[in-house]
Amino acid sequence: MLYREAGQFKSSYAADQQLFPIRQDRIGIILLLAVAFLVIPLVAGEYWFSAILIPFLIFALAALGLNILTGYAGQLSLGSAAFMAVGAYAAYNFQLRVEGIPILFSFIGAGLTAAGVGILFGLPSLWIKGFYLAVATLAAQFFIVWCLTKFPWFSNHSSSGVISAQKVVILGHVFASPREKYLLVLSIVAVLALAAKNMARSSTGRAWMAVRDMDVAAEVIGIRLLPTKLLAFAVSSFYCGVAGALYAFCYLGSVEPDGFSLDMSFRILFMIIIGGMGSILGSFLGAAFILLLPIFLDIALPWLAGLFGLPFSNATVSHIQILVFGALIMFFLIVEPHGLARLWQIGKEKLRLWPFPH
Amino acid sequence: MFAYRKPLLMTAAAFAMLSQVAAAEEQFFPIVSYRVGPYGANGQSFYGGFVDYLNYVNLKDGGINGVKLAWEECETEYNNAKGVECYERLKAKAKVSTGPLHVMSTGISYALIDKTAEDKLPLAMMGYGRTDAVDGSVFPYAFPLVTTYQMQASAIIKFIKDKEKGNLDGKKIVFLYHDSAYGKEPIVALQEEAKLNKFALTLIPVAHPGNEQSAQWLQIRQENPDYVVFWGWGVMNQTAIKAAQKVGFARDKMIGSWWAGSEEDTVPAGDAAKGYMAATWNVAGSDVPLIADIKKVVYGAGKGNLQDQAKLGTILYNRGVSAAVLSVEALRGAQEKYGKGKPVNGEQVRWAMENLNITDARLKEIGATDLLPPIKTSCADHEGSGMVKIQQWDGAKWVPVSGWIEGNKGLIHPLFKASAQQYAKEKGITPKDCAKES
Amino acid sequence: MRFFLEVLISGLLSGVMYSLVALGFVLIYKASGVFNFAQGAMVYLAALAVVGCMEKGAPLWLAVLLAFGIMTLFGIATEKFVLRKLVNQPPIALFMATIGLAFFIEGLAPMVFGSDPRALDIGIVDEPIEAILNGWGMVISKFDLAAAAIAAVLVTTLALFFQYTRIGRALRAVADDHQAALSIGIPLQHIWAIVWGVAGFVALVAGMLWGARNGVQFALTFTALKALPVLIIGGFTSVPGAIVGGLIIGASEKLAEIYLPALMQSAFGGNFGGIEGWFPYVLALGFLLVRPEGLFGEKHIDRV
Repeated sequence: MLYREAGQFKSSYAADQQLFPIRQDRIGIILLLAVAFLVIPLVAGEYWFSAILIPFLIFALAALGLNILTGYAGQLSLGSAAFMAVGAYAAYNFQLRVEGIPILFSFIGAGLTAAGVGILFGLPSLWIKGFYLAVATLAAQFFIVWCLTKFPWFSNHSSSGVISAQKVVILGHVFASPREKYLLVLSIVAVLALAAKNMARSSTGRAWMAVRDMDVAAEVIGIRLLPTKLLAFAVSSFYCGVAGALYAFCYLGSVEPDGFSLDMSFRILFMIIIGGMGSILGSFLGAAFILLLPIFLDIALPWLAGLFGLPFSNATVSHIQILVFGALIMFFLIVEPHGLARLWQIGKEKLRLWPFPH
Repeated sequence: MFAYRKPLLMTAAAFAMLSQVAAAEEQFFPIVSYRVGPYGANGQSFYGGFVDYLNYVNLKDGGINGVKLAWEECETEYNNAKGVECYERLKAKAKVSTGPLHVMSTGISYALIDKTAEDKLPLAMMGYGRTDAVDGSVFPYAFPLVTTYQMQASAIIKFIKDKEKGNLDGKKIVFLYHDSAYGKEPIVALQEEAKLNKFALTLIPVAHPGNEQSAQWLQIRQENPDYVVFWGWGVMNQTAIKAAQKVGFARDKMIGSWWAGSEEDTVPAGDAAKGYMAATWNVAGSDVPLIADIKKVVYGAGKGNLQDQAKLGTILYNRGVSAAVLSVEALRGAQEKYGKGKPVNGEQVRWAMENLNITDARLKEIGATDLLPPIKTSCADHEGSGMVKIQQWDGAKWVPVSGWIEGNKGLIHPLFKASAQQYAKEKGITPKDCAKES
Repeated sequence: MRFFLEVLISGLLSGVMYSLVALGFVLIYKASGVFNFAQGAMVYLAALAVVGCMEKGAPLWLAVLLAFGIMTLFGIATEKFVLRKLVNQPPIALFMATIGLAFFIEGLAPMVFGSDPRALDIGIVDEPIEAILNGWGMVISKFDLAAAAIAAVLVTTLALFFQYTRIGRALRAVADDHQAALSIGIPLQHIWAIVWGVAGFVALVAGMLWGARNGVQFALTFTALKALPVLIIGGFTSVPGAIVGGLIIGASEKLAEIYLPALMQSAFGGNFGGIEGWFPYVLALGFLLVRPEGLFGEKHIDRV
């Protein structure tokens, strides 16, 4: 009854092509943004901002970037963390070397730098496909991190290669508290997420999906593969780059190249697979799942062990955490290989018909 | 789209309930640890020793002046982002009362260095982390206690120099290192030493994780150096020892850092490790009175943290105990100044850590004679000792082969000062005046 | 020249060690189209099982047998509880499941067998061969030679097994076309269980050799990273490809580590060593540009 599109007539092309054609979706997204911008800053504590919400949004953004490349354009990549590293180091250097540059320009510059690097490593995608490409993107992962370690210019000649992000100042206001940083990250992520949603339904997005589903067929119907694939790499790396800059400036504060490890790339990949490939919402759901599950296990397992009086040592608890994490990933894939976003979609379908099942 | 907010809020409620458990009259220790993952075995020994000593203080003396010690552990898997999450999770409780934070990871300590200063919680980095934090005027809340990579490198050179009868002129030393912040820090110090002592220094990096080193060791064989100074971690250590055997390089010409000198590094290398030397700031052995007493008191009461008691007395276990000893001594000092029998907060512990004075006599009282060097810190010197011992693996255990050796402070500490100044300038920090501190 | 040869030989021998891990990937990919990321974790599990059993007092041969049993059971369980439920899912879902499996093993194995790094003594000392050292002044490790010999025996056995046994023929049929194999009555699931068992055996051999070389510890899981570029060069589906790829990667990586940083140093200044992390991948990328299916991979023809 509540979620039904019957009766919502579209009388113009503009109305038919809008981002959220169903009224309930529009209300939902406005409500969601209102809660994120207005309610959460009032109720959430410092722990929630700096340990959960900020990394959640940043990783969701990175996952979104990877989802554009992998979920929409079908190019498997294992190098997302390296593009984040490019973004982080680029933003640092823009701030350091360009006198008086506004921080938002640095973030955009970070995204563009990452996009440039992304195009470079995207070139082989014309010849290489599938898992071969995935392993090729590993070359990007290792090579970029090595470069950042080896050329001292990138880290302003710090002896350890670690950079400390500068203060975040916009229009004379210093974003110092976790709440302010959260709002900044949220604004950037919200804008970029809506942009991605918009892009996905445009001709570019449809070209990506055509390439994903079968690139030879896409070529036959007149989609030029080179610009399409490279654009996917560029946009994806742009998102990852901005996420990396936010990671350094609004989350950790100090970063080292080794922190952007293969492990992190994998976590971002988990996010989109668990969340749902080719879904904007899925990137957010996946990021929430992958970030929160270990924290949840970390708290729940010792509590459970205490409850039943099980004689677990700390090491055993830690091992069980990893084990359960792995098992849950397999479980989710078996139950719903298309990710959490798919569950949400099924729910929506059900809602549409509710309360009459047919 | 709301679907994921609700469980979030529910977990929030669960958090809130959990975090109210700590009682008021306890001294809380946030323990950001790791016991799984690539370095899990090292973490288990270190944090096992750390927790055992806290337990020991509770069981033996009923806490510090009657204040019981309490702690909560959080697993980081040696991952920076998880380390930050753990820190934020434990922070709320640590703001009431806290012991120094030990993260035993250079990456995590870098990520926390600004946050801890902001939250006024002391961060101890014993033999890792940001070394220029020795300069307390720029880094009031960070303490690279005991000794740093640079001072250690300098001490190793001093040891080699003594072995070579005081002259290194024309000698060749290879520095083989893990290609990361950890391995790169001592390079500056070694270069300065090379200039001063006129030996030839060759730098050979090893890519992470370092489980393949035949190229590097063939290169070393080609160079034929007099000594190899070695900065490895985890699997890189065993691989290096084995690879040295493979190319026939004498192990007793190889001197590792303190993260390359524990039983976890030598036992897996088997016989190849015999003769291998490493620096350390704490000695091994379960015959140290304190360790023997922990075994009796804590394990006797069935409250030991480690399942495998054979680990008691290993280098990393003793290192964990040493870290806990220093932490507890800092708390004692803070109580001394700010009120006995009351829990102390981060600011108070910070003061105590800056004014530590642990003499040989005090170490003897604790039963930790020679377990670690005596320490005296100040605002200008957050390191407090700069001394290491060189130990040698005899095939079954680590045997000290030198006394406490101090690195060349006059050469190394100005490097810290300069680096800290640059950091202060970049960050817009006004260094405080150490002369005015008491 | 002597030094060059020395590096080359030691590189080739290291390459054999990479091939051993790559072989496990190839077997599973060939038979079931699954890119098994858990192969590294299986190497770790196998090596841990051996030292774990030895710690409980079993002699080496018994420990190896027990470990083989464990690996086989593990393979069958994986097939039954995970892969069978994921039939007909996209390859990426299967790939992801094997990453989950890797986590599962990384939690389970040290819990059962202990997480301390331990030595594994298989009776071969890793020392230079005296005769060659004295005669030509070259260092060639006994252990590496033995490992190469073991790898050679293993590959020959596998090749013969695939070529001449009934099961081997069935395996090849499954690899060619699942549906066709099913329709002529080959029991797909048995075959997959066998393949996972064989991959477990390969992991056991790799685990014992790597474990004896560097100690048995968590880092054995990283061996998978060394195997991936080998796979690309050799092709995902070729057993000889894994060997050739390993030799190419091993030799070029060692030579590059010795000679490339010096060149870069003279060009840019600074220290550029430690390139072994990325060099094999960039090399593999170069190979791919010329041969997108790897050296021995099957040519894939796209049809609209």
